Amino acid sequence: MSNVPRFWRNLKRRYNLIGTKCLNCNELYFPPRQLCPKCRRASKIEDVQLKGRGEVLTYTIIHSAPKRFEGQTPYIMAIIQLEEGPKLTAQIVDCDPTEIDIGMKVEMVFRRIQEDGDAGLIYYGYKFRPIAN
Amino acid sequence: MKVAIIGVGLTRFGELWETSFSHLFVEAGANALRDAGVDGKDVEAIFVGNMSAGRFVDQEHISCLIADQAGLNPIPATRIEAACASGGHALRQGIMSILSGFHDLVVVGGVEKMTDVMTESTTQTLATAADQEWEAFLGMTFPGLYAMMARRHMYEFGTTREQLALVSVKNHRNAIHNPYAQYHVEITVDDVLNSPIIADPLRLLDCSPITDGAACVVLASERKAREYTDSPIYITGSGQATSTLSLHSRKQIPVVDSTINAAKEAYKRAGKSPKDIQVAEVHDAFTIGEIMAIENLGFFNIGEGGKATEEGETEIGGKIPVNTSGGLKAKGHPVGATGVAQAVEIVLQLRGDAKGRQVDADIGLTHNVGGSGGTAVVHIYEKG
Ligand SMILES: [Zn+2]
Repeated sequence: MSNVPRFWRNLKRRYNLIGTKCLNCNELYFPPRQLCPKCRRASKIEDVQLKGRGEVLTYTIIHSAPKRFEGQTPYIMAIIQLEEGPKLTAQIVDCDPTEIDIGMKVEMVFRRIQEDGDAGLIYYGYKFRPIAN
Repeated sequence: MKVAIIGVGLTRFGELWETSFSHLFVEAGANALRDAGVDGKDVEAIFVGNMSAGRFVDQEHISCLIADQAGLNPIPATRIEAACASGGHALRQGIMSILSGFHDLVVVGGVEKMTDVMTESTTQTLATAADQEWEAFLGMTFPGLYAMMARRHMYEFGTTREQLALVSVKNHRNAIHNPYAQYHVEITVDDVLNSPIIADPLRLLDCSPITDGAACVVLASERKAREYTDSPIYITGSGQATSTLSLHSRKQIPVVDSTINAAKEAYKRAGKSPKDIQVAEVHDAFTIGEIMAIENLGFFNIGEGGKATEEGETEIGGKIPVNTSGGLKAKGHPVGATGVAQAVEIVLQLRGDAKGRQVDADIGLTHNVGGSGGTAVVHIYEKG
């Protein structure tokens, strides 16, 4: 993903977890949708700020990673259901791979995701970490 | 519906360094035409399933390349792409071209040349079957998606790590009797459990390999088929469905709803139900894939696929033999070719030509999945 506009156009989504909301049925979407699959053209869509708290539905520990992520292995990837309902994929950080579990409560943190080599762009965005009890 | 398969052809599956992309397709196509007893001049059109020639061999416009190298200019040739389900989708397009009356005899093929680039590049290309923006960009890998399905399947239904391994053990055992398969080596549960972790809980021997290969079938209308054979195999059901591209957006993680929807359509068109199916080739790109497939196709209840595998129900000689060819795991998975190669195996089984892996069956099924389940296509086959 080396093209600047491609990353730039999703900055607010990736940095601030801004999803979309269907004004007809009130369903929330993250990743954002420009059309509600339930209401389709009968609805309007607007941006909505998500709180960034949720629960782990499933996870994996990646041992064999693409080059850009090799330095991070083994790392945890999970599907998280946000408190508001939408589900997303994210890396779980500040958590030992032996500690991660389904049902774990997590919160969003802003972190470095990957970079285009030594001199290229550095991409930032959301990851999640366990919520301390 | 009724469309005849009057010929089938394969290349060997494996790391075929000496063989080029177009050579693979032409070899499988020539084998299929020879098997059918059809001359090239009687072929009216070509449909080819291919995931990513652009990235794997730096060549787009492959429909033209293939018609050209097959010596079949000026007939129409069309490429169909649906990631790992490209072959199954091409088969369906070929079927529709005959049922619509547009054509009476066509070649449907699938081809992938995956070893002309380095492994790192191959796995990156395979990951494009996932959502690049919201899965891969964040560090998710293709095996990782199936690992998350496996984890949730184990959590919800009590599926065990050993049950997953048994899928791979069975498919390797079946491949020994398939001369076209990439691997001819038996493995044990311990081999699987001790192989390197790729994406926990999945290990190397849970994953299908990187493979070069091609597969072709010759399709004909019922009337046209009679000119060539008294005993064609008929495709009597076809179903295709989509779901969300990304795994996280689906209602359920360990259930592939595109498979359920594609199967529903295929069973309805064929007037059959899951209990009528006597042999099946399903999409075991990862071991958990086969367990979900045999549940979602209706052979077993949701959550009981692991237990059924453990009890030998999917073995040759079991209640419903699954992946007699060795499956994607042991036969190999040249992604665009896979859906067509599955059809070849079912035709061989129904004709009684499957030799050491032969089962007793009159009705068979193929199931081909794209990505983590974003697309699925199911076909049903019957003896003429
Ligand atoms: Zn809506």
